[in-house]
Amino acid sequence: MEPGLNVMVGGEAGQGVQSVGFILAKAFARGGFHVFADQDYESKVRGGHNFFRVRVSATEIAAISEEVDILLALNEESVDLHRTELAAQGIVIFDGDKAKGISGGGNVVGAPLARLAQEKGGSSVMANTVALGVALGLVGYDQETMAEAVRHHFGTGDSGEGNVRAAIAGYEYAIVELKGLLKQQLTTMGGDKRMLLNGSEAIALGAIAAGCTFMAAYPMTPATPIMELLASKSHELGPVVVQPEDEIAAMTMTIGAAFAGARAMTATSGSGFALMVEGLGLAGITETPMVTILAQRPAPAVGLPTRTEQGDLQFVLTAAPGEFPRAVLAPATVDDAFWLTIKAFNLADKYQLPVIVLTDHYLASSYATVSRFDLSKVSIDRGELLSPREIANPAEYKRHKITASGISPRALPLQGKALVVTDSDEHDEAGHLIEDADMRTQMMLKRLRKLDRLKDDITPLPLYGPDKAETTLVGWGSTYGALKEAIDTLRNEGLDANLLHLNELWPFPAQAVAQTIDRANRSLVVENNATGQLARLIRSETGIKVSGSILKFDGRPFTPAHIVHEVKKEVTQ
Amino acid sequence: MVDIAEYAGPKPAWCPGCGNFAILTALKQALVALDIEPHRVLLVSGIGQAGKLPHYTRGNVFNSLHGRTLPPATAAKIANPALTVIAIGGDGDGYAEGGNHLLGTARRNNDITYLVHNNQVYGLTKGQASPTSDFGFVTKTTPQGADMPLNPIALAIVAGTTFVARGFAGDVQHLSQLIMQGIQHRGFALIDILQPCPTFNRQNTFAWFRERVYKLDDQDHDPTNKRAAMEKALEWGDRIPIGLVYTEQRVTFEDRLPGLARGPLVERELAPMEAEKLVVEFL
Repeated sequence: MEPGLNVMVGGEAGQGVQSVGFILAKAFARGGFHVFADQDYESKVRGGHNFFRVRVSATEIAAISEEVDILLALNEESVDLHRTELAAQGIVIFDGDKAKGISGGGNVVGAPLARLAQEKGGSSVMANTVALGVALGLVGYDQETMAEAVRHHFGTGDSGEGNVRAAIAGYEYAIVELKGLLKQQLTTMGGDKRMLLNGSEAIALGAIAAGCTFMAAYPMTPATPIMELLASKSHELGPVVVQPEDEIAAMTMTIGAAFAGARAMTATSGSGFALMVEGLGLAGITETPMVTILAQRPAPAVGLPTRTEQGDLQFVLTAAPGEFPRAVLAPATVDDAFWLTIKAFNLADKYQLPVIVLTDHYLASSYATVSRFDLSKVSIDRGELLSPREIANPAEYKRHKITASGISPRALPLQGKALVVTDSDEHDEAGHLIEDADMRTQMMLKRLRKLDRLKDDITPLPLYGPDKAETTLVGWGSTYGALKEAIDTLRNEGLDANLLHLNELWPFPAQAVAQTIDRANRSLVVENNATGQLARLIRSETGIKVSGSILKFDGRPFTPAHIVHEVKKEVTQ
Repeated sequence: MVDIAEYAGPKPAWCPGCGNFAILTALKQALVALDIEPHRVLLVSGIGQAGKLPHYTRGNVFNSLHGRTLPPATAAKIANPALTVIAIGGDGDGYAEGGNHLLGTARRNNDITYLVHNNQVYGLTKGQASPTSDFGFVTKTTPQGADMPLNPIALAIVAGTTFVARGFAGDVQHLSQLIMQGIQHRGFALIDILQPCPTFNRQNTFAWFRERVYKLDDQDHDPTNKRAAMEKALEWGDRIPIGLVYTEQRVTFEDRLPGLARGPLVERELAPMEAEKLVVEFL
């Protein structure tokens, strides 16, 4: 049996599904539990069906579970849609005053949500908060920790206190009226406080820690929360955030700010990135260090705006005309999103090239508890950035000097007297446009030479499981948590499996990948796309054809149980 | 004092008689008159014959993509407001490919100067219609004749540009004065420059313009009066006004950015521990 508790909140947009889900997650995180939570919502401001799943565990977790112990159904539709996902002893909490029409009996438990909200909180709108109180009362959770989490979300004003009273009303109702209904009882665990945040927040925090002072972005789901968080910190922490006319401007502004010397980034999703592609090439040829966060969603075109997919891997590897070096990182977890964002800025500066952080809706919007980020471990590497004192003869300075490493020591405009000249046309060492065949060849080779050293900075995650196994699962990016848990389950069931996971994808770590896959009898690539893009990449970079692929492209994330099921099918074939 | 020799560059690869020569001279004269040294200047250009201008003088240079002139120029200014940022492009660059950026920059009022070499034709790609070509102008790509020309002066005023002027490559001194004013203006300054193309536009020649242009400075024109400015903006044909058409004082984008209150981005100390304030919010 899986440890912990799984709570699902379901309802329509506008009912506060997200608020209740987040507060539940926060209450458990504050109590010392490991929490993982994800959201599923439609591209609507009102109506539709949304849910928020919170998984709580005494041990580390990094994926959602398919089984629900408590379903907080804020509308009847949620009961109908999710009843089948209940665990054997699972229960549904529904508004008791409206529950008369709910048939099927059994696990549906009525509680007067709207009435208690009106009586105790002062507004029936707080029915969702009453439901949250009921859930925490059912498991006998610490009431004060619950109240703190409610205040954290709603503030300490009238609305906050009304919600606290609503939560307590629900809690006490559960203690008295629903006593003994649920076996799982969770009290706070204590220990060090962990952070609770989602992938978008981790990326924004990573950017701040890395010294990103400029962000230009055009709002696009699921990337928007990154710019919103940075913008909200403009006063306090000083990043400049610009929302320009389109993604083309977002990208080329980012390049302009970076050229002038700021650490700069942009963020978007697939179709927005399509507009940025021209600018990506500009960063490539002008050797401007910059970071692009690409939060994937199902495409092409508008696709499924609020769903998840890993469909843009092949796109980012060759996006933009011509050939130039780039780096592509794909965070595996919320924690990894923070650290890889910092690495993205450092690689961009060190090699003077565009770096793409490839994440997706699932990771961007999923919450996880992580150990407090130790900022003393953050290192800033601005590469060969010259101070005015280091330029002996400014008149001779050449921005694109041809060097053995391919990296040209970089001066910044007006940080000294050296003139910094660069061009989207092919150019000479001084940065002026040329047509000369020999100089063109030398410049291409210079830029591509940067890959030689960059390769050494790219590594896969440590193998999960034994060094050698019968079956090796291969994944990339946000599927790490689900894959790890799938490996645990498979091994517990006697299946010899391990996991090779890539969170740094380009330059492709071909040697490490080839060695691991060669050791396995069977290699299965698990990807959230329809055509097996990583499998293709492995083949093109190593010559190895993997044994098979487990693909999912319905817009929904992988769960451990789904992976286990699919692996078993492959293995028994 | 800065000497004009400091702005000397290689010989331009423009056609003999091209209006671009006069614009280059006027720009250099303006920078010298304002005593701005080359290393304090950032020239950001697009693609087209105008886009090559920065290579024919001296300064920091970011020669961008076609149409992508204003975004990098404005962002560089945000990152380092001490730079004198001058964006340079043609009518195709600024009014076709980069049209949306013109609207965005006008609304933001970024503190940069934008020179548009308007020759009413595409020169680099050899003679196709541009957004400012006369209606019916027949080219290899527009056998039906060019569409209605866009009016950059009126458009810029309506979009919120705080300094809108028209210069003429046939009057270097006048143009140089306009560029000086544009650089000194706090906010977005657009100078649309009538620049005859002797190779691909045989209609709108130096002679054609000389018969028509007149200086607003000689008239009783109040450039702070928006209605009067719109009237002048709409004037085209037999008489074409040059000079400062419209100006207003409005807060710049840079002044509105809360993030810039802590000083120029390029001078920030990158201090990871600063993020601690944010870390605690997630505990």
